[in-house]
Amino acid sequence: MLLLCVTGLPLIFHEEIDDLLHSQVKPAEVAADAPLADLDHLLANAIANAAGQVPHFLIWDRDDPNAMFVSVGPSITSDPSKNLLIRMDAHTGAYLDAPDVTGRFTYIMLKLHTDMFAGLPGKLFLGLMGILFCVAIISGIVVYAPSMRKLSFGTYRAGRTRVVRWLDVHNLAGILLVAWTLVVGFTGVINTWADLVLKMWQYGQLAEMTAQYRDRAPPAKLTSVNAAVEVAAHAVPGMTPSFVAFPGSIFSSKSHYTVFLRGNTPLTSRLLKPALIDAETGTLTDSRDMPWYVSTLFVSQPLHFGDYGGMPLKILWALLDVLTIIVLVTGIYLWVRRRRAGVSVDRVIAHSSGVESPALSS
Amino acid sequence: MMSRKSMHRTLRQIFIAPLLVAIVSTLGLVGALVGDGWWDALAWVTLAVPVVLYSLFIWWRKPN
Repeated sequence: MLLLCVTGLPLIFHEEIDDLLHSQVKPAEVAADAPLADLDHLLANAIANAAGQVPHFLIWDRDDPNAMFVSVGPSITSDPSKNLLIRMDAHTGAYLDAPDVTGRFTYIMLKLHTDMFAGLPGKLFLGLMGILFCVAIISGIVVYAPSMRKLSFGTYRAGRTRVVRWLDVHNLAGILLVAWTLVVGFTGVINTWADLVLKMWQYGQLAEMTAQYRDRAPPAKLTSVNAAVEVAAHAVPGMTPSFVAFPGSIFSSKSHYTVFLRGNTPLTSRLLKPALIDAETGTLTDSRDMPWYVSTLFVSQPLHFGDYGGMPLKILWALLDVLTIIVLVTGIYLWVRRRRAGVSVDRVIAHSSGVESPALSS
Repeated sequence: MMSRKSMHRTLRQIFIAPLLVAIVSTLGLVGALVGDGWWDALAWVTLAVPVVLYSLFIWWRKPN
């Protein structure tokens, strides 16, 4: 848990850290209402800069409306987690850069935080740790009561030995943080199931939506992706495109573009809605809301990352994370102390208080 | 010194303050999801509560 809290801390500010450590090509300065590039033109430019690669996804940058990403891999069936992200200018359609992020500090932190470089088993292991973390919080609430029987809320016995002071710190910080740690802990657990949830969607709703295409040969020539996005945006009014999955990629069928659209509030911008566009005819096949298990995953993401309320929320997230580290460190200390003493911390405290201030001993 | 019995606090006395803090922080966590602007500000204020309380109790207490 300590590893997760420590690696999570820089991840809260991953964009700012990347900006600081790595220079990137800036998109052209344009007026706020400047027209967007034709997506087919943008895509062609991206592929021209990635010899031998095929596009999997076309992604709008959430944080920078002037930039887009094209995610490419060696073949359409290759593992998309190893894809290269090409940054493109959303207005001119020009190639910006395609940095290798795998050596970056934030990438290493992210891998340590999500799967410890061990793939799905690593994720599920950390998910299990997250569940134990939540159980530990609940048991902490339970033992808070006897511990505070004789103390008022927020008691900090500054003049006492370290074990007493750290117990007070552990109790106070732990109980203050209960709501936040439970929310961040549990949504973190849900995030470790992301791969499984998306697989479930792929074999469930997506397979259902594209069932009549199952035996059809993939289109020989793809229709315009720009037109596909327009058809999708027209079919689902009030939503903004978030990304396009190309035919044959994991989030689409062999015969469709899947255009994922998002809403415009912090909550609905996380809830993607797929619109399937036939890549041979360019017409809309189907569009449905995501099933509840995918929506749960989408909602749990911002609640874990803390990236949905501007910079002040990120700073608070970091402060709360530091307090959680304090709870963990004091908790480990108290546990070691208790094991070494062979008696409960309460007994140690009773003993030490007797030594320090005989008047208070019972 | 008070008698031992009068110093014992009930579960309600023990958990009332932590419960309020938990409710307030949950409001903030959910609030910022609902909207931007004032909703974000609500989250900033409510999630600062545990941090501020911690600082008050641990660092800015009166020396006794």
